[in-house]
Amino acid sequence: MKLRRIGKGSESKIELQMTPMIDVVFQLLVFFLFTFRIATQEGDFNIKMPLTTYSSSQTVAAESPVVMMHVRLRADGSGRLRQSGGIVVNGDRVLDSFEQLHNYVIGVIGGHEPSAKADAEVELDCDYNLHYEHLIDAITAVSGYVDKSTGQVNRLIDKISFTPPQAAPGS
Amino acid sequence: MRFRHRRDGPKAEMDMTPMIDMAFQLIAFFMFAISFSQNEQDERVMLPDSVLAKPANQPLKHPVTLHLTRTGNVIYGGQELPALERLRPYLVNERMVLQGRNRTMEDATVVIRADRLARAGVVQKLIQMCQEEKFEKFALRAQEDIGP
Repeated sequence: MKLRRIGKGSESKIELQMTPMIDVVFQLLVFFLFTFRIATQEGDFNIKMPLTTYSSSQTVAAESPVVMMHVRLRADGSGRLRQSGGIVVNGDRVLDSFEQLHNYVIGVIGGHEPSAKADAEVELDCDYNLHYEHLIDAITAVSGYVDKSTGQVNRLIDKISFTPPQAAPGS
Repeated sequence: MRFRHRRDGPKAEMDMTPMIDMAFQLIAFFMFAISFSQNEQDERVMLPDSVLAKPANQPLKHPVTLHLTRTGNVIYGGQELPALERLRPYLVNERMVLQGRNRTMEDATVVIRADRLARAGVVQKLIQMCQEEKFEKFALRAQEDIGP
C-alpha cells in the first residue's frame, strides 16, 4: 500500500499554539501560589467527659480508679502559671514546672501494673484566668512523652477530666 | 533615515519547553501539597504547642469544630459569635442533625481549637455548654511542637 505524502514540496510546518496552554498553566500556578499555606500538623487530646461525671465526685469515687490525681493549676495576675507553686497535686504536693509534674506522674504510674495505668485518672482544676496553653502543657505532661531515640509516643494517662469551671474573677 | 527590512532572515524562536516543564512541575507540587482540610483552620486562633500533638490516623466520624479566640469569642462555621451563649442554638442544631442521621451522641466529637492565650475558664465553660447539649466526646486541638 502506498501512502500519499501530504504537503509534499510545500514544506509547511504544523505549529502548535502554545499561548492558551501557557496562559492556563500560569493561571493555575498563581491560584496554587495564593492558596498555598504552610501549616504545622495538628493533633488532638481526646477527652471523654459526659455531663454525669463532670461535676460529680461521687461518680468518680464509685468507679474508684487505682490512681486518681487531682492537679490544681494556679495562675498569676497575667494568666501565666505561677512561677513558684503553680502546680499542686492532690492538695499537698507543690510543684513549680510541668517537667516536675511529668516526673511525678512517671514516679506514681511506674510502680503500678499496666492495667492500673490504663485505669489511672487525672482531674485538672484550673484558675479561670489561666492561659489555655498551660492547660495543654499540663495535659501533655500527664498524657505521655516522646521517646527521643525512637520518636515513638509513650502513653501515660489517657483519662483526663476537669473540675467544674471556676467563677470568673469579679463576677 | 531608512531601515532595511529583513524579509528572508531566520526567525528568532524562543524555546518554551524548559519553561513549560518547570511550570508543570510547580503545578504538580502545589496540587499534592495543598490540603483542603485547612478549611477548618482559622487565622484568628493560634493553637498552643505540644510534642504529643500528632495527626490522627483516621478522620473523626462527626466533628463539630469550635474555635475560641483569645478574647473569648467562639467562631462557628466562620462566624464569630459575640457571646458564648449564642452558640447554644447551633449545638442544638448539630444534635438534631445527628439524630436525623440515626446517630448517637457518642459518634460526635467536639473539636475545640482554642487560642493559646484564651482563658482556661472560658474553655471549660464551652465544654460545659456542650455537655449540657449532650455532647460527651471532646478533642482539644494543639499544633505539633517541632522544637526550636
